[in-house]
Amino acid sequence: MSDNLTLPAQQGPADTTTPETLLEVEGLTKHFPIYGGFPIKRKVGAVQAVDGVDLTVGVGESVGLVGESGCGKSTTGRLITRLMEPTAGRITYAGQDITHASRKQLAPVRSEIQMIFQDPYSSLNPRQTVGSIIKAPMEVNGIEPAGGREKKVRELLELVGLNPEHYNRFPHEFSGGQRQRIGVARALALEPKLIVADEPVSALDVSIQAQVVNLLQEVQKELGIAFLFIAHDLAVVRHFSQRVAVMYLGKVVEVGDRDSIYNHPRHPYTHALLSAVPEIDLDGEGEARERIRLTGDVPSPISPPSGCRFRTRCWKAQDKCASEEPPLVKLSGSREGHLTACHFPEEPTLQGRAQDVVMDPALKALEGDGAGKD
Amino acid sequence: MTTLTKTEDASAPTGPESFLSVRDLKVTFSTEDGPVKAVDGLSFDVQRGKTLGIVGESGSGKSVTNLTILGLHSPRTTTVDGEIVMDGKELITASEKELEQLRGNKMAMIFQDPLTALSPFYTVGRQLSEPFMKHRGASKKEAKDRAIEMLTKVGIPQPKTRFDDYPHQFSGGMRQRAMIAMALMCDPDLLIADEPTTALDVTVQAQILDLLKDLQQEFGSAIIFITHDLGVISQMADDLLVMYAGRAVERGSAREVMSTPKHPYTWGLLSSMPRLDSNLDEALEPIPGAPPSLLTPPDGCRFHPRCAYTDLVPGNQCSTTRPPLGDGRASACHLTAEQKQTLFIDKIQPRLR
Repeated sequence: MSDNLTLPAQQGPADTTTPETLLEVEGLTKHFPIYGGFPIKRKVGAVQAVDGVDLTVGVGESVGLVGESGCGKSTTGRLITRLMEPTAGRITYAGQDITHASRKQLAPVRSEIQMIFQDPYSSLNPRQTVGSIIKAPMEVNGIEPAGGREKKVRELLELVGLNPEHYNRFPHEFSGGQRQRIGVARALALEPKLIVADEPVSALDVSIQAQVVNLLQEVQKELGIAFLFIAHDLAVVRHFSQRVAVMYLGKVVEVGDRDSIYNHPRHPYTHALLSAVPEIDLDGEGEARERIRLTGDVPSPISPPSGCRFRTRCWKAQDKCASEEPPLVKLSGSREGHLTACHFPEEPTLQGRAQDVVMDPALKALEGDGAGKD
Repeated sequence: MTTLTKTEDASAPTGPESFLSVRDLKVTFSTEDGPVKAVDGLSFDVQRGKTLGIVGESGSGKSVTNLTILGLHSPRTTTVDGEIVMDGKELITASEKELEQLRGNKMAMIFQDPLTALSPFYTVGRQLSEPFMKHRGASKKEAKDRAIEMLTKVGIPQPKTRFDDYPHQFSGGMRQRAMIAMALMCDPDLLIADEPTTALDVTVQAQILDLLKDLQQEFGSAIIFITHDLGVISQMADDLLVMYAGRAVERGSAREVMSTPKHPYTWGLLSSMPRLDSNLDEALEPIPGAPPSLLTPPDGCRFHPRCAYTDLVPGNQCSTTRPPLGDGRASACHLTAEQKQTLFIDKIQPRLR
């Protein structure tokens, strides 16, 4: 990172324990209508992509949002940046309600909330030079930095580890990792307070991924920008986030600080998710991690299960789970700020169990009665 | 590429009874910009009932190698050199007709994206039955019974009704299960799985990986498992081959390569990957730069422009001479064995704890 940083460190990286709230989301909901019927098309249902999400992001805090595909994590990101109109709920940014704010009302806020997209190939206009891509947000918002926009762009390029000489090049002249750096530079152009990063490294090769993760981490720490880091890769999120929220089928099922989620999870889904991550066996001796194999895929968000949405794949599900939706609350034995939505939570440990949880019928049949063999 | 000496000739590893052996394989594509050496002098062996993992970044030639084994490359634009012997049969010189008899029968492939690999026009059942009828001369009824048996085995609920469904009626995980069932229809001796779980979610990925492992125990096929994910490979593979820019840079048992890696590229991969148990106080250590273009690959060791240890090698060996990959447990690097060991213990290992 260059040392001639010009971006002021806004309030610095805040105290991680009780950061001042920057963004607050309550009961955020997005239903996409499904139209069908003939000859008059009418609404026949809705994809309940996001269904009552509560989330807070503090000033300078990095919050991770993890979940499998289709759980609504990207939609949540787009709702927060107001690229989509929420169906219900409330988004409060810096004390201001922006849930249904108009274009005009949003204008000053837009420059403070920026986004980094997943695909560095489709998120950059191939017909514009790098300079004009990064300059565009300043032009749109009528910002004239000291020394001119071009100087600022060159500083940004240097900040993200690109050569300022590349000002007049086109995106196709860059590799995937470098393109993602351009995306980061564009997001930084307006000195935002919050960056929503939607799977910023998942399209990159392993050796390049680390470069971009490190860059984002430096940006986050040095410029004190709050991040909402959306990803499906639990290991990357663990590396980047101070707090983590786990989503399943449009709902947050567990949220807490990093240590609580990764070492003392309570929700069965978080347990299953962590146990499913294939880990490198570095010392050559398999350690006693719990083994949970769920059955099937995530159900369709068009008609999600009643009550707890995870119950159809959960090994602890009982009648209560189908009738009553578990609230997102602090359980006894959990740390402050660690909330779980489950009627029958798990023990807060990841140690291997006496018996593996194998829900999958095929695996059960092959392994004989679901008893673990390895 | 002028100083390239012929390395790894026919004397490379000879396993006890290697079922498939690839020797000095070279695959070159002719493109408008010139020849691309996608695979350059690759040798490996696969044993019956064992899994060989091939790990590498995009463009390292891992998929091309396996398409070549199956003979699925385009003959017009591709030149293939070397030897691929499966069960005593040479595959490179085999005719299209001979290959046809092997594909789907003795060797089968599981592709990354089951939605594009399955035909949208035919029912899953028909696509499963076809190879069985063709290779085994089975009747429609027999093939259907076999298909339903396989669908049950891979855990598709209500296989009898699902037999008549189209691929789009299956979810992603189920499609991949159907692909596996299709590959296993004729009880193949060699199964090539090209990033079979990359398109899937972690919980589904875990199911599929376990399923492949359990099925291998039952069927005893040899598996070549291709992926870029070191975690997945560590769970699946018995032996491991690390590829970089069309060449193998390290080989050994999966356990050896993961616990005592010997090549700077493998070190780079391991220390750049975030893990669930890694030390959070240490920043990730990325490999600088980007993988080279195969149109103009660097001379000598192809990793040398990104390698941090080239100055430890006397002369300009790294940029002039291609390091050979020895037999068995080996790494293609000019550093001496002692240098590798000290570097690993002093610089790399502390970072991985």
